[in-house]
Amino acid sequence: MLLTLLRNDRGGQIMLGVLALVIIAVPILNLVVPQGNPLHVPTYLVTLMGKYLTYALLAVTVDLVWGYLGILSLGHGAFFALGGYAMGMYLMRQIGDRGVYGNPELPDFMVFLNWKELPWFWAGFDMFWFALLMVIVVPAILAFVFGWLAFRSRVTGVYLSIMTQALTYALLLAFFRNEMGFGGNNGLTDFKDMLGFSLQADGTRIALFVASGIALALGYLICRYIINSKLGRVIVAIRDAESRTRFVGYKVENYKVWVFTVSAILAGIAGALYVPQVGIINPGEFSPLNSIEIVIWVAIGGRATLYGAVLGAILVNYSKTLFTGLMPESWLFMLGALFVLVTLYLPKGLAGLVNQLKTHTVSKKVTA
Amino acid sequence: MSEGEGARFITKQTLDTSHKAILYLEDLNVSFDGFKAINNLTLYIDTGELRCIIGPNGAGKTTMMDIITGKTKPDSGQAWFGQTLDLLKMTEPEIANAGIGRKFQKPTVFESHTVAENLELAMHGNKSVWYSLRAKLNGEQKYLIDETLRTIGLSDHYHRPAGALSHGQKQWLEIGMLLVQKPHLLLVDEPVAGMTHQEMDKTAELLVSLAGERSVVVVEHDMEFVRSIADKVTVLHQGSVLAEGSMDEVQNDPRVIEVYLGE
Amino acid sequence: MMKRLMILVVLSWLCFQSVQAEDVLIEVLPLLQTNTVQTKQQAIETLAKSTDANRAQYLQVLMNGELYLHSNGTLAIVKDSQVLDPKTNQVLTLPSSEFKKITTTNNLRSQIRKALEQLNLTDANPTVRLQAATNLLNTITPDIAASWQQLLTTETNPTVKNALQLGIDLAALNAPEKSARLQAIQLLSGNLAPEVRKRLQVLTTDSDAEIAQASQRSLKTINDKIELYSYGETLFFGVSLGSILVLAAIGLAITFGVMGVINMAHGELIMLGAYTTYFIQQLMPSFIDYSLILAIPAAFIVSGLMGVLIERTVIRHLYGRPLETLLATFGISLILQQLVRTVVSPQNVPVSNPSWMSGSLEINSVLSLTYNRLYIIVFCLIVFAVLFMVLKKTNLGLQVRAVSQNRAMARAMGVRSARVDALTFGLGSGIAGVAGVALSQITNVGPNLGQSYIIDSFMVVVFGGVGNLWGTLVAGLSLGVVNKVLEPWAGAVLAKILVLVFIILFIQKRPRGLFPQKGRAAGD
Repeated sequence: MLLTLLRNDRGGQIMLGVLALVIIAVPILNLVVPQGNPLHVPTYLVTLMGKYLTYALLAVTVDLVWGYLGILSLGHGAFFALGGYAMGMYLMRQIGDRGVYGNPELPDFMVFLNWKELPWFWAGFDMFWFALLMVIVVPAILAFVFGWLAFRSRVTGVYLSIMTQALTYALLLAFFRNEMGFGGNNGLTDFKDMLGFSLQADGTRIALFVASGIALALGYLICRYIINSKLGRVIVAIRDAESRTRFVGYKVENYKVWVFTVSAILAGIAGALYVPQVGIINPGEFSPLNSIEIVIWVAIGGRATLYGAVLGAILVNYSKTLFTGLMPESWLFMLGALFVLVTLYLPKGLAGLVNQLKTHTVSKKVTA
Repeated sequence: MSEGEGARFITKQTLDTSHKAILYLEDLNVSFDGFKAINNLTLYIDTGELRCIIGPNGAGKTTMMDIITGKTKPDSGQAWFGQTLDLLKMTEPEIANAGIGRKFQKPTVFESHTVAENLELAMHGNKSVWYSLRAKLNGEQKYLIDETLRTIGLSDHYHRPAGALSHGQKQWLEIGMLLVQKPHLLLVDEPVAGMTHQEMDKTAELLVSLAGERSVVVVEHDMEFVRSIADKVTVLHQGSVLAEGSMDEVQNDPRVIEVYLGE
Repeated sequence: MMKRLMILVVLSWLCFQSVQAEDVLIEVLPLLQTNTVQTKQQAIETLAKSTDANRAQYLQVLMNGELYLHSNGTLAIVKDSQVLDPKTNQVLTLPSSEFKKITTTNNLRSQIRKALEQLNLTDANPTVRLQAATNLLNTITPDIAASWQQLLTTETNPTVKNALQLGIDLAALNAPEKSARLQAIQLLSGNLAPEVRKRLQVLTTDSDAEIAQASQRSLKTINDKIELYSYGETLFFGVSLGSILVLAAIGLAITFGVMGVINMAHGELIMLGAYTTYFIQQLMPSFIDYSLILAIPAAFIVSGLMGVLIERTVIRHLYGRPLETLLATFGISLILQQLVRTVVSPQNVPVSNPSWMSGSLEINSVLSLTYNRLYIIVFCLIVFAVLFMVLKKTNLGLQVRAVSQNRAMARAMGVRSARVDALTFGLGSGIAGVAGVALSQITNVGPNLGQSYIIDSFMVVVFGGVGNLWGTLVAGLSLGVVNKVLEPWAGAVLAKILVLVFIILFIQKRPRGLFPQKGRAAGD
């Protein structure tokens, strides 16, 4: 099954292989190898890598809709953030009476706002299963409703991109408001534990890291399964010749809504794994800049390859960590230049570059 | 997959051609920014008929096809597929699934798919999302693809991306896509543009063989080609029917001569 | 002119005569010597009613507590330990220590103030007269009203006349006869002066039912009028916000609408325009009033050149690939932002408003239009008109439209499309710079200035219908008005969200905006 799925996906095989290795090795290097040993992986690094993995999953979801379906979503950060908020609400409820105000029912910010009871939409978030359900349901509903409206009326191309951007911008403004009941400007933070395990403990961190890795692998395989199916061929047909696909008899809008919603659900799951690892979720995650950054990860990695998205997300974010530490001023310059250079000179991304090199040096030894 | 299963999904109402005609266009009007592209057009196509439609540029041929396939909605008028299906209330995919296939003037195939995949995509059958997710080609369908590839002479290009085909090959592939779609009515827009004489003959043969079992409407500029296949010709001019009849009748019609010479 | 001069001459002669005829100080001296509140009141009244030319000065010094009395009955002004004769301003030889101050109470002082205002009503300057009348409106009494009735016959300035009439009507509200009061209530109906509302409000609970009802009616007429004007104000705020949106979007309407280029760095071109204004003001700090006039062409050139640079180096290679253009120009926007942060400062920079931008145009007591908003509206319309003319009437405009409609055909006709592209993009960018000059006057100028306008700008263009300048104008203005109408009951942020959601839904209904381009070419 797995082998047939990845039969023609060299990059995917390598990527998943490396991922499996990392998921197995990192916990050992962190928990078993003692501190001080040069091979020891410190916990902060584990968390950092966990964060990258959630970004990678997010990038895969964007590649699914952009690379294969041709929809440049500039609002995928919104689905990520909504998944994150759903998880954040669960973590908030888990704090219980350990908050600054010690209110057993209400999170600190609500006490601060003088609220007397929990708003209705916070109900149920004390249960993990319910929060997980919402991680999936909330982004799905938003994607479905937005997609259903937009695709049915045939909003396409740049218009659609701008609409998705307006969507996430509207959510950004909305979540900034205290009255919304999501902590306003500060968002949700000061989490204590998850399913009874302290979020500060090494074991929890490792578990979250492994969960992120597995989520990435499963998300990747789901996307790959979709693309390998006839459905995948239909969506590529839509990307290349939308109106022709209609004349052949496919209800294009149904396909678009379906794929867009699946992509949003996976993005929500990525967000849900992201929040406990970074320890905060605030409206900044909805900012249009965040969403558009995801696109550049995919563009750099090489779109319509899936594994390119993973590669791009990890590379760009690693550089971001590196350069914002070393020369904070230079990062935006570099990011800006990346946008320009990749679109101008590397339209197929790094994955495309590798393929090009391969074809140029068929006879020579190739290491991918 | 059986024929019946696909048909059940495709339309609630089945095609009813009990009154001989398969396509009814009545009093259609379309205007773009004041320009009347279609002007009180009335036209009937019978079941099994092979009809050629000719006319100078801007006569409204392509717009007429757009109306039939649901791309353009007319300002007024009626368009029925058989007795029961109101084309004006249907979307493009619904019309396609009801059994109207269209070949475009400019060959449009799915360039990044292989030739075989193009046929797979066009093949008649259930085209819902969930079905597509689990769809696998069965033996019958594989046979149909092989058979069609042989008909259109592209058997050697099975795994080749359609984008890499020559212009003529793309024309053929598009005809092949029409064939596997198994429509009741084929709309064919300038099928022989850019083809050699040999290919033209082959196309003529193919279209004639299709008629009878299905209805075929061909829009073409090439008079010789039209003469070689048509039993009935309709001349469109300024968005309405100018003349209708056999090729000889039409060619001797003084109004037709005036339109063509006056141009 | 001659006539006025004559009157003045006659008046001054009369004054001179009166000085000769009477000395009011002699009259009030015994009253002041008695030194009770009542006698002082009388003294002030006498002073106010006298025809003595110096009466205003006497009242003023009395109010300031500078009028002193010697036990021998000499009145003097004691100021900075100098003793002066009130009439002649000569220095007196008596020592200041022997004088006693004539004290005044709050009530007395307000009586003096009123008397002085009353005197001001005959001032030669109509502005002073108007001010005096307005100041007295609050506390008008029947006998003052009677004197106003007289003034009304000689008053020539219509505004002052209105104020006087208003005072008379207000006084009539206290008239002893009911019919007079009712008439006054009638007369005041629809008057927007705050005093009228105050007085009528009190009268609505009058013991006389007829009076109370009449006041309620009049008050309602007034409130209706105020409501109408507040709608007018909302409209004005809306149109001015709309003008800002139009200014921000109109450059985009060129680059996106006409050329089809998605320029995400548009906001940063606006920002460059705003910074240009800042630098111009830095260069000529003593000519702030003229800085904007200079900044407009400067900003046009700076942003325009930057636009040409972007077009030549990046966008040119990406024609026909809108999504890639979007990404590349977004990269440029990041670079420009960071450039400003690094080169200038990450903080906002102060941009001053010229003096002619401050203040407001007062339509009436409930509606006044601030000049900066007014100028923005006018400026927006001018920019729109100029741009419209450039596109419709000039050769460049013709070529731009040709290229935007059919590039290949235009090229075949001999249009140098590459040059036209660069110039068009430069034009759109330059307009963005000009918008930046306007924005620098009403918002903070900082590296993030552009970001906060880019989404709004796109919304305006998309809502209006791409490729249609009129659409952009109508869309911008109407979105501005809708935003301001929603604001009072939804709050600023929610209003903005609602507008965004509205546009998102609107685009579903009409994917090509308010004024779509028609025809087959607009198809796919």
